[in-house]
Amino acid sequence: MQWPPPWRRSPLVSATPPPGPTTGLLRPRRVSEAGDSSTEGARTGHSHYVTPAESAMERRSQPFPSLRPASPTNAPAHGRGSDCTAKEPPLANVCRQNYGAAQDPVEPAGRRSASHVTGSSLGKAEVACGRRWRWAELVANSSWSPAGRATEMKVKMLSRNPDNYVRETKLDLQRVPRNYDPALHPFEVPREYVRALNATKLERVFAKPFLASLDGHRDGVNCLAKHPENLATVLSGACDGEVRIWNLTQRNCIRTIQAHEGFVRGICTRFCGTSFFTVGDDKTVKQWKMDGPGYGDEEEPLHTILGKTVYTGIDHHWKEAVFATCGQQVDIWDEQRTNPICSMTWGFDSISSVKFNPIETFLLGSCASDRNIVLYDMRQATPLKKVILDMRTNTICWNPMEAFIFTAANEDYNLYTFDMRALDTPVMVHMDHVSAVLDVDYSPTGKEFVSASFDKSIRIFPVDKSRSREVYHTKRMQHVICVKWTSDSKYIMCGSDEMNIRLWKANASEKLGVLTSREKAAKDYNQKLKEKFQHYPHIKRIARHRHLPKSIYSQIQEQRIMKEARRRKEVNRIKHSKPGSVPIVSEKKKHVVAVVK
Amino acid sequence: MTANRLAESLLALSQQEELADLPKDYLLSESEDEGDNDGERKHQKLLEAISSLDGKNRRKLAERSEASLKVSEFNVSSEGSGEKLVLADLLEPVKTSSSLATVKKQLSRVKSKKTVELPLNKEEIERIHREVAFNKTAQVLSKWDPVVLKNRQAEQLVFPLEKEEPAIAPIEHVLSGWKARTPLEQEIFNLLHKNKQPVTDPLLTPVEKASLRAMSLEEAKMRRAELQRARALQSYYEAKARREKKIKSKKYHKVVKKGKAKKALKEFEQLRKVNPAAALEELEKIEKARMMERMSLKHQNSGKWAKSKAIMAKYDLEARQAMQEQLSKNKELTQKLQVASESEEEEGGTEDVEELLVPDVVNEVQMNADGPNPWMLRSCTSDTKEAATQEDPEQLPELEAHGVSESEGEERPMAEEEILLREFEERRSLRKRSELSQDAEPAGSQETIDSGSQEVLSELRVLSQKLKENHQSRKQKASSEGTIPQVQREEPAPEEEEPLLLQRPERVQTLEELEELGKEECFQNKELPRPVLEEQQSERTPNNRPDAPKEKKKKEQMIDLQNLLTTQSPSVKSLAVPTIEELEDEEERNHRQMIKEAFAGDDVIRDFLKEKREAVEASKPKDVDLTLPGWGEWGGVGLKPSAKKRRRFLIKAPEGPPRKDKNLPNVIISEKRNIHAAAHQVQVLPYPFTHHRQFERTIQTPIGSTWNTQRAFQKLTTPKVVTKPGHIIKPIKAEDVGYQSSSRSDLPVIQRNPKRITTRHNKEEKL
Repeated sequence: MQWPPPWRRSPLVSATPPPGPTTGLLRPRRVSEAGDSSTEGARTGHSHYVTPAESAMERRSQPFPSLRPASPTNAPAHGRGSDCTAKEPPLANVCRQNYGAAQDPVEPAGRRSASHVTGSSLGKAEVACGRRWRWAELVANSSWSPAGRATEMKVKMLSRNPDNYVRETKLDLQRVPRNYDPALHPFEVPREYVRALNATKLERVFAKPFLASLDGHRDGVNCLAKHPENLATVLSGACDGEVRIWNLTQRNCIRTIQAHEGFVRGICTRFCGTSFFTVGDDKTVKQWKMDGPGYGDEEEPLHTILGKTVYTGIDHHWKEAVFATCGQQVDIWDEQRTNPICSMTWGFDSISSVKFNPIETFLLGSCASDRNIVLYDMRQATPLKKVILDMRTNTICWNPMEAFIFTAANEDYNLYTFDMRALDTPVMVHMDHVSAVLDVDYSPTGKEFVSASFDKSIRIFPVDKSRSREVYHTKRMQHVICVKWTSDSKYIMCGSDEMNIRLWKANASEKLGVLTSREKAAKDYNQKLKEKFQHYPHIKRIARHRHLPKSIYSQIQEQRIMKEARRRKEVNRIKHSKPGSVPIVSEKKKHVVAVVK
Repeated sequence: MTANRLAESLLALSQQEELADLPKDYLLSESEDEGDNDGERKHQKLLEAISSLDGKNRRKLAERSEASLKVSEFNVSSEGSGEKLVLADLLEPVKTSSSLATVKKQLSRVKSKKTVELPLNKEEIERIHREVAFNKTAQVLSKWDPVVLKNRQAEQLVFPLEKEEPAIAPIEHVLSGWKARTPLEQEIFNLLHKNKQPVTDPLLTPVEKASLRAMSLEEAKMRRAELQRARALQSYYEAKARREKKIKSKKYHKVVKKGKAKKALKEFEQLRKVNPAAALEELEKIEKARMMERMSLKHQNSGKWAKSKAIMAKYDLEARQAMQEQLSKNKELTQKLQVASESEEEEGGTEDVEELLVPDVVNEVQMNADGPNPWMLRSCTSDTKEAATQEDPEQLPELEAHGVSESEGEERPMAEEEILLREFEERRSLRKRSELSQDAEPAGSQETIDSGSQEVLSELRVLSQKLKENHQSRKQKASSEGTIPQVQREEPAPEEEEPLLLQRPERVQTLEELEELGKEECFQNKELPRPVLEEQQSERTPNNRPDAPKEKKKKEQMIDLQNLLTTQSPSVKSLAVPTIEELEDEEERNHRQMIKEAFAGDDVIRDFLKEKREAVEASKPKDVDLTLPGWGEWGGVGLKPSAKKRRRFLIKAPEGPPRKDKNLPNVIISEKRNIHAAAHQVQVLPYPFTHHRQFERTIQTPIGSTWNTQRAFQKLTTPKVVTKPGHIIKPIKAEDVGYQSSSRSDLPVIQRNPKRITTRHNKEEKL
């Protein structure tokens, strides 16, 4: 047993060898016991490893760190963390004695036991242990003399609880005691800054969002739908009237249906996931079973509704057996009927898309080609309000977590997030696309949305930011017509003109698969660091850097110039006209033409 | 718009004109008629008289007579044209019949009803419908506001929001697909069926279910009982309070009040120990109470009760005691808490009192800290100085000393003054001694005090006489120097006092204090004639030139006294020689001088140079000394490493690039900004922060595990949004956030109302 290490031994004690005869060696077991009881005190007081310098300092300040004769009751029953303090004799005596002062007549030399264990070499310790028992008996018999307490001296005790550092099983992690004294860990800001910088760089290094491309369609993919119950199943409708059902895990097509003549304009699944609906250019609404037909059966729709006009979009109610189509007007259908329950119109223009509110499910939103967005109440079978924007809105999407928020994908390259109770000013204008935005879909968390644009890219916007956080594009991806965010909020699918459906990670640099807890902690820490230092110029630059295809890049430059010119002109106009005569219109209000009640 | 409005206004105007015109025309026409209709009217009157003879107020019937003058277009006489046709009249038969009465009633009822308004057009109706529907929907949606806000501000959101139930099929479901096959199983099932034990679907028997439901009832009962108890307790408490309030016994109330007062006192004592500031506030409250008491005179013996007691007091001991008590209370309440030591003032030497009241240090502090503009204040005080009378001769020796050292011009008069003051000093000491003796014999102290004060006054008088002589001599000197001929003045007393007066305002800072002092003085020197004082005041007018040089000198002294100027500034030196341009506006100049003097101490240019030197020094790179004392040689207190060693281990700093402001003497260009570091620094304060310090603080708190404990680290790095892979996140539901989902179907109203549907279908078919 080499504890305490030689440099920890008290020079004072070793200088004065213990009096008393050296008896024969005792059993090692006893030694270890005694050593335990004494060294325990020597070790626990410090949460960090003791360096030679520190130990030297200790020696100066506390000459006998572990002077503690274990009482007889304690010695045999010594266990981890057992409370020894209650039965300890006053320390003063111990100290006095060890300094070589006159001893009490009643006390034999053996009283020195514990100190010897710490202070002197192993042999001495053994001797001491031998004597210790005798002394213990004495303690038990005689009370401490009051004279012993006359010169009291305070000695700081080191106490160690093995619970703190001994692991119970081999499989436990070793507890590493740490000292959080800030003086020992200087330069926290620069160090974290460097870490943040590295994290940002690594994020960019690992940003590989593209996962797979699902090919099989023979014409541009016009619409996509998610399966409400199954994450792996995706449905898509193409411009040649073909509907395909895909399995994402296997990344293959599991079913193909020639659903319509001409475009499949819209596709939606029933809330239970047993069937889906399609509308096409052939003026029909068809309901299909999700499962394929049995062997040898014909691929046939469950129901077919022949309409008078072309339907351009369809959406299913979130709870009930009701769906809505749009075309000339918004029709609400019962699944069982061939006639709409009610149809709502306001104005006479073709409506391009209709969407049910996922939370307050009686609400509907639609957008028409006469540049307006109309909201309907299904219960009262009446339109509610209409907002007219600068240009046509292609589609809208409701926020799945905030009942009154929806985002509209507009032809003027922007997206507008509205609070439906206050339509005169959008909550946020999202601008980054350089061509018409064709589709938009919210993340199921409601914190972000993805938009598909005619400029051959998809972008991810945070709901409360006007600029996108991410842009995805590939060389071969053409105009993106439809986009969906999967229900686990991890992936994004987009269908484009060039007949492919692409699967992307929603978080470009995220590691897929199971993370260990340490990986997770590191990820969280890095994320926080990136957030913390996001405003620092270097980090900002690296985090924002994206490679863009030349077309988009040049378009951005061009548009920047145009915007600047417009702004300059406006500023000049304000400058050179009578103050107050040229109103300053905010960017948000600029694009809203009117709100019609 | 404007055109429209114009048209409107025009229209209104024309209408007004018409209205104005109308009565005129009307009158005119009537007068015209009068001539023609005179005869006819008489005839009508006659007819009326005749009809009234009948007794009933008969309705006039328009008679058609050919010979009428007025012939209407339609060949019908216009008489009775003003009357409305009453429907009932048409029914009036020759004889009244009962059957017609009901018809008449109905007719009258019809008449009372108003006409129905025209319906709005369809578009407008739709608009109204839409607006109503929108408002309703907005209201429905507004219930989500708190949820949305909460989610937006949440530290962490874990999706999916709803807790997913573990997909363990309940036992009944498992059982339902299982059939008893073996005889034993069948037997068991038979038994179970016999006892009406639920085998498959509901695991609980109906009785059990009922009991389960009853549990909630019990809870409700318990809750109700609790509420009842609380209410009862409250009512008890209220009743008790009311009862106590109703008790008429004065003794009881007195005891209660006393107890309260005692308690308050105790609390105050404690408060004073624990929280002195609060105690002070409390004290202020007490003071306020005292004020109120003084104002209200509540406990004086002027009240009704007190008067009655006063009458009783003659005979009744108790009443007398009560009165006494009240008076004592009054005294107690009106007694001021902090008693100022004012009693001394009347007895002893005024000088001592002065010192006691306004010690030098206090005044100096005031000078520095008090008031927005100290030198302006000074100019004010200098004006008022002369209003007060001389008071503080102790101060003078010092003044003299300074004055002598400063200017030769003043030397002589000051010396004279000095002599005077010495005399004064001697007398004062003498008087003090006498006072001491007076103190020894308390009896008849009043008289001695009086005599003492008399003595003081007489001394003052003597002093003023001497001063006057002195002053006049000086004045002459001044007049010889001045350009404007001096106005001979007859009033001796004020002038005499001026010089001495001027010396004391250093100690007295505010006008109020001065006034007070003046009053005291007046009180003491009653011999000083009042008119003289008034004269003094009148002399303060600006045309009183000859005072100017004196004033200046005094000011000088004053400044020196306060040691405001460590170095004699040139402006002050020039002032020492009395060069007065009397033509200048005196006051203005005075003011300017004052400010100059005030700022004389700060040499701006030198300060700037010093600052620049310091900045240059600070920016220079420092040498690095790496010598280790005691390394390789002896070390210890008093031992220095050898020069050789120091030379060896001193790393000289390289000469930095030349400063940008090297050739610009008036500029300091800070070179602290490090362009290499600037690339890594945030230039603009990021959005949510309102102050750079906030931002810096967020940056300065480390979040890593190097600086934080494991738990804190985990807390600090919790991600905002957590999603689980492979879990479908459904849109938020009303049930998830504790709202009741509406049981109403989302189907349109028409759908739920088949009647209307049929009508609609019919319509469609028709179409």
